[in-house]
Amino acid sequence: MLLVELEPAIDPVINERAILLAQRIRARAGRGVRDVAPGYATLGVHFDPLQTDLAALERTIESEFASLADLEAIADRTVIEIPVRYGGSHGPDIESVAANAGCSIDDVVARHSQRIYRVYMLGFVPGFAYMGRVDPSIASPRHRVPREKVPAGSVGIAGLQTGVYPVESPGGWQLIGHTTSVMFDASRDRPSLLAAGDLVRFIPIGAGR
Amino acid sequence: MTAGSLHVVKPGLLTTVQDLGRYGHQASGVPVAGPMDTFSHRVANQLVGNDIHAATLEVTLIGPELIADAATTMAIAGAQFEVTCDDRPVAIGSSFAVATGQRVKFGRIVQGARAYLAVAGGVQTPPVLGSRATHLVSHMGGLSGRALVAGDRVPIVDDAAPRPQRKSAGLVLPSKGRALLRVIPGPQADWFDADAVKTMDGVSFRISPQSNRMGYRLQGPPLIRLHDRELISEPLGIGAIQVPSAGEPILLMADRQTAGGYPKIGYVITADLPLAGQLAPGDFIEFNLCTQQEAVAALIARERQLLRFADLKDVS
Repeated sequence: MLLVELEPAIDPVINERAILLAQRIRARAGRGVRDVAPGYATLGVHFDPLQTDLAALERTIESEFASLADLEAIADRTVIEIPVRYGGSHGPDIESVAANAGCSIDDVVARHSQRIYRVYMLGFVPGFAYMGRVDPSIASPRHRVPREKVPAGSVGIAGLQTGVYPVESPGGWQLIGHTTSVMFDASRDRPSLLAAGDLVRFIPIGAGR
Repeated sequence: MTAGSLHVVKPGLLTTVQDLGRYGHQASGVPVAGPMDTFSHRVANQLVGNDIHAATLEVTLIGPELIADAATTMAIAGAQFEVTCDDRPVAIGSSFAVATGQRVKFGRIVQGARAYLAVAGGVQTPPVLGSRATHLVSHMGGLSGRALVAGDRVPIVDDAAPRPQRKSAGLVLPSKGRALLRVIPGPQADWFDADAVKTMDGVSFRISPQSNRMGYRLQGPPLIRLHDRELISEPLGIGAIQVPSAGEPILLMADRQTAGGYPKIGYVITADLPLAGQLAPGDFIEFNLCTQQEAVAALIARERQLLRFADLKDVS
């Protein structure tokens, strides 16, 4: 795998460049390139070393990168809405997040749901989107000992990131709510609900308990 | 050709359906999976006349017992198991005909860790996102996203048509549970002091019991970082040697996640990954630094080996 590194920062414009660069490499690359996956500020180009002229691939990446260097504005995107039941059994960590922030549970819900988040990258398990930036006042560290089982649909916070667990899995994020949106389904035309670069807003529904 | 199946009498320790992997969806976080030893997977397919992309069964340390309810041709490549077909011994690295009702039974493992059982036409489990590879953690691909269990029926093609009997020398397996793996520097090699990189070179690491298809945890001298900087999560590839803050490296294998936030001191070269796939917990790895050019040359040499199989009739 070839790792292409942009500036090491969590920044929407740098991330946008990584995503566009991934799209362009995908479109231009030869059959030796098997997969191109963007990260926050990097991209992984997975290639078959025997079917790839590495020097030519590097030149393609450099020329496409150069043409993206001036990108400053991000194209408008529609906002994907994800309904969330906050608190109670749906979000068992919301009280400690509130205590940590020195605010009420309602404040946590308001602060989490009023922002529009950017999907920076997907990873961990299929359909798991790393989104940011969370209101710093409710940013919460990961659990020191991760839970062995986090239910599918759980909405969590880790530092300035927020995300939804697509399948039941182990996990260390602070859980504040739950959604019934299906984050990943391999049988759909577009298996992952979210893609890097998407915008997301969480919509509070009903009471938690 | 009609459908048939392999009836699973005993599943073995960890037997999964694998093909060359689920590429093209890592941007959505979908792991690649695939064989731990892609070389032997391909040899097994070649022996029965399959395309290398056909799905095989990956057998781990303790093999299964299967009854064919259809006629087929099979071949096993990779780890040296004692295998019988209706009590008649069959050789690893040679194709053999299996009649309806015959029992293929894996016995003692002599060398290596994983064998690949290919059937003519390939294992016919439904593809998911273009691949039949089983990814255990995300329950994707293979037979319901899991390892085989007793009573399963693994779909195959009923194909009594005789195929040329072939044999291949296959992979030279690591002996005495030790493998020498060549490594190129990783993207964060400069996060470690030169001693750490040198420490890796030529020292033995033991594969810990907490190792699986996702990765091997390695016990040995800790690889100390120069600083405590946080790495922003970035894409990963197979063979990455990532080093968490405690300094115990993890070699990422077939079921690795698509991205991670630990610095990577190096990458095991593609040509040597099949050897890593033939190791088990308790075995030892020694790393040797090499260059990108050496890595490509080694891969070409490895690929040439794949072309060396022979129709048995032609072998005296």
